Amino acid sequence: MNTDPMVPDLFRVQKVRKETLDTFTLELSPKQKKFRFEPGQFNMLYVSGAGEIPISISGNPNQPESLIHTTRAVGSVTNAMRKLKAGDYLGVRGPFGTKWPVDKAMGDDVVIITGGIGLAPLRPAVYDILAKRGRYGNVVLLYGARTPEDILYPKEIMGWRSRFDMDVHVTVDRAAGSWHSNVGVVTKLIPKAPFDPQNTTAFICGPEVMIRFTTQELKKRGLSDDKIYVSMERNMKCAIGFCGHCQLGPYFVCKDGPVFRYDEIKRLLEIREV
Amino acid sequence: METLKQYLQEHPFFEGLPENDVDLLVGCAKNVRFETGAQIFREGEKANQFFILRHGRVAIDIYSPGKGNITVETLDAGEVFGWSWLVPPFCWNFDARVIELTRAVAMDAECLRKKLKSDPRLGYEMFKRFAKVMTQRLQAQRVQLLDVYSA
Ligand SMILES: Cc1cc2nc3c(=O)[nH]c(=O)nc-3n(C[C@H](O)[C@H](O)[C@H](O)COP(=O)(O)OP(=O)(O)OC[C@H]3O[C@@H](n4cnc5c(N)ncnc54)[C@H](O)[C@@H]3O)c2cc1C
Ligand code: FES
Repeated sequence: MNTDPMVPDLFRVQKVRKETLDTFTLELSPKQKKFRFEPGQFNMLYVSGAGEIPISISGNPNQPESLIHTTRAVGSVTNAMRKLKAGDYLGVRGPFGTKWPVDKAMGDDVVIITGGIGLAPLRPAVYDILAKRGRYGNVVLLYGARTPEDILYPKEIMGWRSRFDMDVHVTVDRAAGSWHSNVGVVTKLIPKAPFDPQNTTAFICGPEVMIRFTTQELKKRGLSDDKIYVSMERNMKCAIGFCGHCQLGPYFVCKDGPVFRYDEIKRLLEIREV
Repeated sequence: METLKQYLQEHPFFEGLPENDVDLLVGCAKNVRFETGAQIFREGEKANQFFILRHGRVAIDIYSPGKGNITVETLDAGEVFGWSWLVPPFCWNFDARVIELTRAVAMDAECLRKKLKSDPRLGYEMFKRFAKVMTQRLQAQRVQLLDVYSA
């Protein structure tokens, strides 16, 4: 493994899986057999000739033999990445950044709220919590997607849903045909979700507008800001706190984040861009 | 067994209403049951009821030519739905379809309109409560329009 954090290691693409119309998962095989990371951390992925971007690790932290990333194709690098096939190579730097506070949350109920691709950065936290299930109170996952076809990891969600020790609620913005579950925004699931607001830690991952409405609903239930954790996104270059590209007020998202305690960044989220 | 009066008194929508108001409302209420797949109402039909969902799940659908029914919202136990009975021309704007066996309290609109007209204080009280429900739905739909998962 490279010791210089600015120099990527080459990883071989083991498997490519199409998840939804615009989302795919790459399974990479680490050169040194194991790639250890904490839930919430990300890697810088370099696609030859296209560029380098931050992508969260979405695999199981307790199974470091394969390195998994799920990506939504939105622009030049992610679309180039989508064209990779098994056997191709990809540059990887990482892991970087802060983690979901899975240890600190022990003893509490945990409510995980996410939408769209936001489930990918949270999946390692779900794996980790379920691996130590006995140490948590209620575990609740509230997930929103645009339509039933946009739901990420549907088989895995069904598996979680069938467990007796986890509450899983999925909602979509609109549905046609045979969808029999919730339709409406993910925040609508919060008032009835089974957690004790006095003893709950919340993890939220999604676009900032979703974070805003979600925190508002959690606060209506009585959760305090210091029990809410959010994952933030900013454009990145170095990922090690040098270049300043990812600055958010006094923080560098690559080093001080991407996972922040909500009370630490709340004020910055309220500032409107000019 | 819980009576209709008890149920309405304990429902958050009617919270704080004096007992004689609840008695008046109970006079317009009845228990109803819909099987899975039943159509509770359709767009354009006369809105002669509103509902308090006791159990089950109802889909609010818009029919789009070429695409069929698009569900834009689902409603669960405890929710109040249908406000077209309040505003002329008293016609439904959407379809309501049962996706899980549903039990509800149906309030007869004609009966209610008469009572509220002759008791403007209660009329104002009911409008205030419906305005709150409508504001919450409007807010939720605005968030939905923002397409928050891909912003
Ligand atoms: C810490 C961190 C973790 C991330 N984890 C993941 C992940 O697990 N999976 C994943 O798919 N993405 C993730 N992202 C976002 C990802 O890095 C960007 O989508 C990517 O950089 C876009 O690069 P591009 O060259 O394809 O798009 P660009 O060519 O840079 O942009 C094309 C278009 O996409 C828009 N765009 C750019 N970034 C985003 C974004 N984040 N969301 C929506 N639209 C965007 C741009 O505004 C532009 O309109 C993460 C970002 C950060 C900071
Ligand atoms: S990306 Fe360079 S400081 Fe964060």
